[in-house]
Amino acid sequence: MSKVIPDVICPFCGTLCDDIEVEVSDDGKTIIDVYNACAIGAEKFMHAQAKDRVTRPRMQQPDGSYKEVSYDEAVEYTAQMLVNAKKPLMYGWSSTSCEAQGVGHDIAEKVGAIVDNTATVCHGSTLIAVQDVGIPSCTLGEIKNRADRIIFWGCNPTHAHPRHQSRYSIYPRGFFTNKGHKNRKMIVVDPRNTDTAKMADIHYQIEQGRDFELLSAFRVALRNEVLPDFVAGIPKEKIYEGAELMKSGRFGVIFFGMGVTQSLSKNHNIDNAIMLTKDLNEFTKFSIMAMRGHYNVTGSGQVLGWQFGFPFCVDLTRGFARYNPGETSSNDLLRRGEVDAIFVLGSDPGAHFPISSVRKLAELPSVAVDPHITPTTEVSKLHVPVAFVGVEVGGNCYRMDNVPIDARKVVDPPEGVLTDEEFLTRVNKRVSELMEVK
Amino acid sequence: MKMSEYLIKNGFVFDPVLGIKGDKADVAVKDGKIVDASDLSSKAKKIDAAGKTVMAAGVDIHAHVAGPKVNVGRNYRPEDKLFKATPKSGIKRMEGGFSVPTTFRTGYNYARMGYGFVMEAAMPPLYARHVHEEIRDTPIIDEGALPVFGNNWFVLEYLKNGEVENTAAYIAWLLRMTRGFGIKNVNPGGTEAWGWGLNCPTVNDPVPYFDITPAQIIRGLIEANEFLGLPHCMHVHGNSLGEPGNYTVTLDTLKQAEGLSPKGSFGRDQVLHHTHLQFHSYGGDSYASKSFESKSKEIMDYVNSVDNITFDMGCVTLDETTTMTADGPFEHHLTELNHLKWANVDVELETAAGVVPYIYSPKTFIAGAQWAIGLELALFAKDMTKVFVTTDHPNAGPFIRYPRVIKWLMSRKARDDVLDNVLKYGDKVRERCFIGEIDRELSLYEIAMMTRAGPAKALGLAHMFGSLKPGLDGDVVVYPFNPETDDDPEKIEQAFSNCSFLLKSGQLVIDNGEIISSGAKRTLWVDAKVDENPQVMRDVEQKFLKYYSVNLGNYEVTGHHFVPNPYVLEVDATQ
Repeated sequence: MSKVIPDVICPFCGTLCDDIEVEVSDDGKTIIDVYNACAIGAEKFMHAQAKDRVTRPRMQQPDGSYKEVSYDEAVEYTAQMLVNAKKPLMYGWSSTSCEAQGVGHDIAEKVGAIVDNTATVCHGSTLIAVQDVGIPSCTLGEIKNRADRIIFWGCNPTHAHPRHQSRYSIYPRGFFTNKGHKNRKMIVVDPRNTDTAKMADIHYQIEQGRDFELLSAFRVALRNEVLPDFVAGIPKEKIYEGAELMKSGRFGVIFFGMGVTQSLSKNHNIDNAIMLTKDLNEFTKFSIMAMRGHYNVTGSGQVLGWQFGFPFCVDLTRGFARYNPGETSSNDLLRRGEVDAIFVLGSDPGAHFPISSVRKLAELPSVAVDPHITPTTEVSKLHVPVAFVGVEVGGNCYRMDNVPIDARKVVDPPEGVLTDEEFLTRVNKRVSELMEVK
Repeated sequence: MKMSEYLIKNGFVFDPVLGIKGDKADVAVKDGKIVDASDLSSKAKKIDAAGKTVMAAGVDIHAHVAGPKVNVGRNYRPEDKLFKATPKSGIKRMEGGFSVPTTFRTGYNYARMGYGFVMEAAMPPLYARHVHEEIRDTPIIDEGALPVFGNNWFVLEYLKNGEVENTAAYIAWLLRMTRGFGIKNVNPGGTEAWGWGLNCPTVNDPVPYFDITPAQIIRGLIEANEFLGLPHCMHVHGNSLGEPGNYTVTLDTLKQAEGLSPKGSFGRDQVLHHTHLQFHSYGGDSYASKSFESKSKEIMDYVNSVDNITFDMGCVTLDETTTMTADGPFEHHLTELNHLKWANVDVELETAAGVVPYIYSPKTFIAGAQWAIGLELALFAKDMTKVFVTTDHPNAGPFIRYPRVIKWLMSRKARDDVLDNVLKYGDKVRERCFIGEIDRELSLYEIAMMTRAGPAKALGLAHMFGSLKPGLDGDVVVYPFNPETDDDPEKIEQAFSNCSFLLKSGQLVIDNGEIISSGAKRTLWVDAKVDENPQVMRDVEQKFLKYYSVNLGNYEVTGHHFVPNPYVLEVDATQ
């Protein structure tokens, strides 16, 4: 007999679905099936079952081969590396629990490290924009219950956040939206004709990199001021039409993604999108929300916030917390050759950073803590496999709207495999011992 | 835990509960509690408090120190950290931030001021985990958190039908789900209206769709609170905060308590606590000095005439700060006024919150008038156990200014100095407010009422905090202030900012002005038992199934990582 565990939290994307049901074998050791999850989420659970999983730390040898080492040796290497480095970078933190992040920050404080999370190549520009102009937002349930104007700008939830539209934004029948998607008008702004764009009432197929202009044009159109014939490749009539559609709603929301945060103008795009939202609040109710990627990148920003006061790029090397993206951001540090050791947990910079940064990862003393074999683990000196958060160990996570949800454990990790928090706690203890000797 | 014994010798002791008004006395602490000196063994560590002031540790009834909006304030204001960092040293973690300090600094600074308990004033239930994570990471001080109820759909629907018992059953359930302490009620009805960009400016404006008035919500929540007999009373932030002329709305709010009396066994006298009353005591019809005026006298005439209301000051401290409140429409109003960055979060079925930086510039008339009104409320009060020192941290100013507020309350000279030398429009403030006419200077005994005995009693925690009576928690502070010889008002502020010794739950946390321990921090929450209520449980299941974005099974705050050291106050409201 198998049993079904209800209310499981999916540790994949920032949508953080919490209605997953996981069927496990009677002995609780094997996942048999996953219900309600999207294809990516289900795969995340099933992948934990992979027979070829690495279950012991591996040290890369000079010839590129791997030698299995014990967790004790891995703890020792990691602690020595962090204590001996002048300016270590501790990067990632987005695919792990808030408790693990907290322990990591304690270590970083002791050794004087830079703590940065994946926002640095993702929604970091959003965080900077929020520091410029604030952000009017809401929870995803508000959108489900009230929103009748939905704008997806530079994001493609159909593929990146597959259940976003069915759970929160387009289809659900909420309290004041009891006709579901028939209550809602959907606008998509994207240079590509994505699967999300195909569903839209209006698709603005904008010229690439012209988001700032179109956002400005909407702000002009809201006030019925004069526009040129075309902005960002869009005829002005369509822009006035979109502005009217936004104003005529009772509750609207703009969701935005990498298409605006990491294209030309970066944080200035988001500044403008937020100001458009603020302007719209003079006519009706409007919110704006970042489509956060990793399931707990939001949590990393929160924990860093309450412990140090900044959401990413936190430099603790001088003994107190500093923040200066461009100077204290991972890629800038790596490419300028300013760090002398790299610790990665809960992210895969090997796959997402520019090659100039990844090269540094390969050259410097480096540790990658990850349940998977990834491009990062393949270039790091030490790979420490750990339990999957949200599958093999619980822990708190923050959804894209900052709502905290406590992830669940559904099966045991493979025999002897540590969790992120356990590994970090041991490193922390060893670091304290080494610092005392120093 | 290994407990120690302490004898704090020869200090000038102030304790309104015991009626000690600065007499030289010894205070003994053993196994975490205050005891009679005769109960100590010879091993007791002696702390010399000669020439110093000794009190029970402070109790803060209202501050925004943990949770989602507080963290928005931190993360979106890097400028609040500039030149404000303190490096890690000894057992202390790094500290940062001024108006919205990091959790570590929050704990350390309260300890430095000699405080032992702080109530987080507004917890959005859906974000309860976040509040508790921050509370967990705030060292030394005990804390509790008040979930917000005044715009909650369950409450609006039950109270519209006059169903007090169902409201109470829902409240008991939610307190357990969120590990909450009591009932907070922010801009009743107005924040729900904000879901559509609207507001309820008076207590008689019906809430859109729900068709219930703020007056009904206020009175209904008082009745539900007393049905349960919770330790604390209904804690309200009334409608039309910050609006000129709002004092009539405030009087209407306070009058909702008429004829109601406290129930339960926690010893409080009030059924309504009005928070940051300063923001609610304005006359006139604009912020201009021609029109704006203090209505503190009218408000205090009413408060002094009843015995079932308490309030805290919400005193403006003339700083640059960060405002944050569950009063969503107010923060939008504020950003339209000062054009500084606006953050807002509407929370499904429950509440909303907004954050806007604000500069209470002494160069403006209005900041001066607000400063005056906060002080006037306290100086017009007859019973000092009913008025408490707060700055509605960080809304009217950061909590580290409490010692400055105490200085202003204790010294006319210090107040005149502000009017004459700090405020640009001090003359106008004298003209439009009462501050210039008030001679009253409060005593240390009265300050002890306002910061210890009073708030502890109002929170229903007089059996733990607020006095040096044997049997209470071993929370004792020694301030480097000699009430017989120190007459410089600046000395008051210095002493109350940096205590010499602090014992928290019987542990020495501050020794000779240095923080030497992170204490044994507790989270206080209230577990109220009610009769089984199938209707409320069915409503809960339905709302989660249809309208929440999280499953019911994922709503409760459970687990060691959120509340590692709970202290549960049990209430039996079964019939």
